[in-house]
Amino acid sequence: MVSTTTRAFLDRLFNAVPLLIAVIAALVVASFLLAALNADIATAYGAMFQGAFGTVNATAETLVKAIPILFVAIGICVAFRGNVVNIGGEGQMIFGALAGVAVTLWIGESLGVLVVPLALIAGFVAGGFFGGLAGYLKAFFNVNEILSTIMLNQVAVQIMNYLLNGPLLDPAVAGSNNIPKTARIAEIAELPRLVFGLPGMSEPLFDRTRLHYGFVIAVVLAIVIYILLWRTAIGYRIRAVGYNERASRYAGIKVGRQMVLAMFLAGGCAGLAGVVQILGLQYRLQTDGSPAGFTGGAGFNGIVAALFGGLNPFGAIPASIFFGGLLVGAQNMQRAVGIPAALVTTINGLIVVFVVSSQIFTQVRNRRRAKLPSQPERVEARATTAETPS
Amino acid sequence: MIESILAPSVFASAIRLATPYVFASVGEMFGQRSGVLNLGVDGIMLMGAFFSYYVALLTGNLLLALLAAVLVGALMGLAMAFISVTLKAEQGISGIGVYLFGLGMSELLFQKLVGTPRSVDGFPRVAIPILSDIQFLSLGEIFFNHNLLVYVAFALIPIAAFILNRTPFGLMIRAVGQHPEAADAMGVSVVRVRYITVIIGGILAGVAGASLSTALLKVFQQNLTSGLGFIAVALVYFGRWRPFGVLAGALLFSFVNALQLQISALGIDVPSEFAVMAPYVITIIALVFASKQTEKPTALTKPFDRGG
Repeated sequence: MVSTTTRAFLDRLFNAVPLLIAVIAALVVASFLLAALNADIATAYGAMFQGAFGTVNATAETLVKAIPILFVAIGICVAFRGNVVNIGGEGQMIFGALAGVAVTLWIGESLGVLVVPLALIAGFVAGGFFGGLAGYLKAFFNVNEILSTIMLNQVAVQIMNYLLNGPLLDPAVAGSNNIPKTARIAEIAELPRLVFGLPGMSEPLFDRTRLHYGFVIAVVLAIVIYILLWRTAIGYRIRAVGYNERASRYAGIKVGRQMVLAMFLAGGCAGLAGVVQILGLQYRLQTDGSPAGFTGGAGFNGIVAALFGGLNPFGAIPASIFFGGLLVGAQNMQRAVGIPAALVTTINGLIVVFVVSSQIFTQVRNRRRAKLPSQPERVEARATTAETPS
Repeated sequence: MIESILAPSVFASAIRLATPYVFASVGEMFGQRSGVLNLGVDGIMLMGAFFSYYVALLTGNLLLALLAAVLVGALMGLAMAFISVTLKAEQGISGIGVYLFGLGMSELLFQKLVGTPRSVDGFPRVAIPILSDIQFLSLGEIFFNHNLLVYVAFALIPIAAFILNRTPFGLMIRAVGQHPEAADAMGVSVVRVRYITVIIGGILAGVAGASLSTALLKVFQQNLTSGLGFIAVALVYFGRWRPFGVLAGALLFSFVNALQLQISALGIDVPSEFAVMAPYVITIIALVFASKQTEKPTALTKPFDRGG
C-alpha cells in the first residue's frame, strides 16, 4: 500500500506528465514547420533559447514579458476552475489599464506613494467589472460567456481608442499626428525596478534591466489566489460549481453568484495586468490602435499559460515565464534564421490543442481508479463534505 | 443626408459584405446542429484566405484558388473533428487553440512566402443578364451585380435548409445533436456524422476566408479577418440554428458594416470607434434576447461517450 503523501505526489506527477508531453508534442510539430520552411531546427531553437535566457538582460526581458501573462493566467485559473471559459483577458486588461491610468493621472503627486495601491485597486475593480459583466450575462441571461467575452474584447479596444483620442489624450501631443497616448504618470507612482542584491555577489542581479516589482506583485497574487481557491469557503464554492453545477445547486450553493464572482476575480487579475504594465513598464497608456497594440496578446497568452500550468496559480508562474521566453526568444530567432516571430502564435495554438486533448488521458486514468475507491480517497471525500458551507 | 447614407450602393455593399458571414455561419451551423461547437472558425478562415490568395497570386487561376481554400478548410475541419470528437477535448478551449494556430500560421506563411502585400485580380463582377438591368428601386444593382461567390453564398441558404430539414442526412444531424444516445441506438454513427458536419464547417470557413481575400478585399494581410469568424459563431446563436435565421443575422451585420463605411466615407462626425463597436454590442444584445434558446441543440459541446 502506497502512503497517502506518496500517492498525492504521484498524482501530481501524473497530472503534470500529460502537460509536459503536450508541450513537447507542440514543439515537435513546430520543428516540422521549421524544417518545411528550410530552417535548421537546432539553430532556430538555439537562437530562441539564447534570446530568452542567454544573458541577464535577456532573462530580465523574459520575466518582463511574463508579468502580464502571469496576472491573466492566475485569473484564468479561477474562471476555468469555476467552469467559466473566460476569453476576455484582453478586454479586461485594457479596462484595468484605463481605470488605473485615469486614477493615477487624477491623483498625481497629491497623495504620495498611496497612489500605487489606489491605482492597483482601481484596475482590479475595473477589470473585474468588465469580467463580471460577462459572468452576469451567463448566469442570469444564459449568454455563452466565450462569445460575450470575445465581443467585449473588441468593445474594450474601441473604448480605449476613443478615450486615448479624446478625454485621456496627452495635452502635449493633442492636435499633432502622434500616436494617441496619455500623459506620463507621476514619478512617485512608478513601480521600482527589481534588483536582487545577494551577499557574495559582486554585482546585484538584474541591475540596469527593465525588470520591475510587478513580478513580485504577481507572485503574491498567485499565493493569495491559491489560498482563496483551496483554503477558503469562497474558493470551495467556485470549484464546486465548476465541478458539478447541478449538485452544487442541490447543495444550496447560489450557482449564478459563483459564476459572477469567478468572472469578477478573473477580470480583476487581468485588470491588474493592465495597471502593472503602466506603473511598472510603460509609464503611460499608449497603443497603435490594433486590438493587441497595448496588451501584446497577453490576454490570450495567459489562457495558454494557465492551461499549461495545470490551472494552478503556482503552476502558472513557470508556465508564464516559459511563454515570456518564447515571445522574447522568437524575436532573436527571427533575426538569426529569418523565421517570422508569428511562429510563437502557432506554437501557442498547438500547445492549447495538445494540452486540452491530453485531458482525455488523465480522465481515463481517474475513471479507472473511481471504480476501485481506496481508503485515502474516502477520507478525502469525507473531508470535502465537512467543508460544505451550510 | 439620409438619401446619401442609404444609397443603393450601401445596400449592394451590404449584400457583398454578407458573403464571408454566410459561408462561415452556415458551416458552423452544421457543426453545432450535430453538437460540436467549433470556435476555431476564425483561424480556419485565415488559413483559407491565405492559401486561396497565395494560389491566386501564383497561378492567377481562381478555381484553383478556391480549391486550395476548400482543401485547407477540410484539413483543419478534420483536425478540429479529431480533437473534439475523438479526443473529446473541451470544445471552447480547443477552438481557441485552432484559432491561434491559424492566426499564427497564416501570418508566418504570408511573411515567409509573400512578404509585402500585393493585390490579386480576384473574382470579377458577374452581372446577371436582364436581372441586373432592373431599375426599380435599384434592385438590379443591389442584388444582381456581384462576384460569383456572393451568388453561391446566397444559394447556399436554401440548400442548407433543404439538407437539414428534408433529407435523411439532415435528420441524422439533428438527431445526433439533440439526442446522441437515441441516434446511436438507432444505428446512426454519432462519430461519423459529427466528423462530416465539422469538415463541412471547415470547408465553408475556408471558402469564407477565400471570399474575403480573393473576392472582397483582393489582398491578404496579418489577421485579415479581425475576428469575423467569432461573429460568425455568434450569428449561429443569433439565427437560432436555422439557415434563414443565420442569413438574417449576417445581413444585419453586413448592413451595419456597410453603413459604417458609408458614414465615414461621407465624413459625418460620429466617433468612428462607436461605429466599429456597434456590431459587437449588437451581438451581445442579440445573444441576450436569444437566451431562451429553446432551439439550441441539447448535446451542443457535449462529447458523446458510448459507455463501456
